[in-house]
Amino acid sequence: MVKNVVISGSDAIAEAVKLCKPKVCPMYPITPSTLVPEKISEFINDGVLEAEMINVESEHSAASALFGAYAIGVRAFTASASNGIALMHEILPIISASRFPAVMSVANRTISGPINIWNDHSDAMSERDQGWIQMYCESSQEAFDTIIMAYKIAEKENVSLPIMVCIDGFSLSHVYEPVQIEDQKKVDAFLPKYNPKNILDIKNPKTFGPIAFPNSFFEFHEQEQLAMKEALKEIPLAHTEFASMFGRKYGNGLIELIEMKDAEYALIANGTSVGTTRVVVEELRKEGKKVGLIKLKTFRPFPKEEIINSCKNLKAVGIIDRHVSLGSEGAITLDVKAALKDEKVRVEGFISGLGGRDIDKTRIKKAFEILEKGGKGIWLK
Amino acid sequence: MIFMVELKFNKGAIIHDAGSTKNYKTGDWRTFKPSIDKSKCIKCGKCWMNCPDGAIRKTKDGFFEINYDYCKGCLICEKMCPVKAISHEVEEK
Amino acid sequence: MKQIIFLGRGGQGAVTSSRVLAIAAFEDGKFSQAFPNFGVERMGAPVRSYCRIDEKKIDLREQVYDAEYAIVLDATLLNGLIESVSDTIIINSNKKPEEINLNTKAKIKCVDITKIALEEIGKPFVNIAALGAFAAITKEVSLNGLEKAIYQQMGSKGPMVEKNINAIRKVFEDASK
Repeated sequence: MVKNVVISGSDAIAEAVKLCKPKVCPMYPITPSTLVPEKISEFINDGVLEAEMINVESEHSAASALFGAYAIGVRAFTASASNGIALMHEILPIISASRFPAVMSVANRTISGPINIWNDHSDAMSERDQGWIQMYCESSQEAFDTIIMAYKIAEKENVSLPIMVCIDGFSLSHVYEPVQIEDQKKVDAFLPKYNPKNILDIKNPKTFGPIAFPNSFFEFHEQEQLAMKEALKEIPLAHTEFASMFGRKYGNGLIELIEMKDAEYALIANGTSVGTTRVVVEELRKEGKKVGLIKLKTFRPFPKEEIINSCKNLKAVGIIDRHVSLGSEGAITLDVKAALKDEKVRVEGFISGLGGRDIDKTRIKKAFEILEKGGKGIWLK
Repeated sequence: MIFMVELKFNKGAIIHDAGSTKNYKTGDWRTFKPSIDKSKCIKCGKCWMNCPDGAIRKTKDGFFEINYDYCKGCLICEKMCPVKAISHEVEEK
Repeated sequence: MKQIIFLGRGGQGAVTSSRVLAIAAFEDGKFSQAFPNFGVERMGAPVRSYCRIDEKKIDLREQVYDAEYAIVLDATLLNGLIESVSDTIIINSNKKPEEINLNTKAKIKCVDITKIALEEIGKPFVNIAALGAFAAITKEVSLNGLEKAIYQQMGSKGPMVEKNINAIRKVFEDASK
């Protein structure tokens, strides 16, 4: 039965996970991700989700148990944030190299120190090279929908890569807003049973996680890179299918264009800052300014072609990065600059919202103002 | 070495035939070759328990034998034997 | 769009209060958003939470800087109201509005919510009851919507639900005068 309720972003994720029916949920609580394991353990306790909840002793173990669950061939789920993700660092590339279609929710929180529990994207961005697809969400509804799409995309035979579904810690994980919870039958029709070909089975033994010598490691990594390319095709396909079944869409699943048709200046944003930027764009449009917004929903694989096509005719494009690669620039800025190296458009990176500093309308307006005046990207403190 | 030659790039680096390490014979690494003197052996099994490569097997008569396809000649078995039933010589190569 | 600030003390239920208001507005057919001031919660320390209500989908995700309404659950926290309020400030107080010394352009309404909560609930639980005053004074949300929201939020808490409903009705009547 379809339900319309006011719930938090974390609850929306838990509700979506319930509909995807994972069999194993190894989870370790950490602020601001804790609401997700709390809700899922409630579901398991109430018997509405038939899954094994493993109370692991750390995030390293959570990721390891996630690997184990996929090795025996069942759908699984975990959730974490911040230093928890950092503790998983060692296991994340092992999961992706094993081509396990795991799904994890990340309630983005900065990586300490100084110790700080608030939102920025440095936890997920620090793991951008580990072979995990990364999708960022703007609203609780989008978080709900993205979890369901994530299992579908990850489990595509030609993709077979794990996915991080990222929601901004507090700014989305703790925000209560209306969410439409879909019907189980409809979700079942969209997301078929998980049927892996290779599983650990004593009757038909196989070797998982072997050593790859220098003469083969390269090829396995190349396969992952090719799978990422496949994901660039599969994400829009899964997204279109989702839209036709459930009636909601987020651009093409990779990026969403807002007021971009005749725009001269645009900002690229991800996560909740997209919502506030939408409002700013609407306000500036009323003043007659030709501004637009590109929502970067999928960060890995990086939708290079889409970024080139949407930016090449602009005068300038700015990027709101909620993370900085210390000693260089924001992670998204670097990718956008690389993508647009042959285009005339000016690219400026703005670092904002570190450690929970609000990205408000004033800061976004300031970014647009700098773009229009031909200024350089700054730290929007 | 067989393992290095027959490269198959299965997705996820999964090896579909179990126990493929068996194809990787390590006996030729050996400098010292241990041997068991059955007349001294008391069948305690310490050599078998302590072999780091699983290269010692129990035979039907309760004694133990060394599989020279995999024995690397570390001589831990010789050290562990309580009755000095295991001795070694330099491998002829 | 209407923005509402809740001021309370940790443990008083300001966060729950904003959530119940968001559910009530949604039950009334509007869009809503509720969130706490993000941080570490300590018993007794000043806590603020926010609610947004609009006829259309709410995209804005910045913090609340200036609001139409404020609900102050503990009058001693009034000086902590750093955000500007343009319409009405509802204060849980047994004083008269003219006795409140506050530099603001907003209208000030005083309702003795603690007194009603003590009568109806038996404990100074003012967070839910205060919403009755908000509904009566601002008309941004219906009493019916609030009652539905209380059942949704507190459904499993037995007699407390009825007591809170009685309290919210009483406060609504009181504030309507």
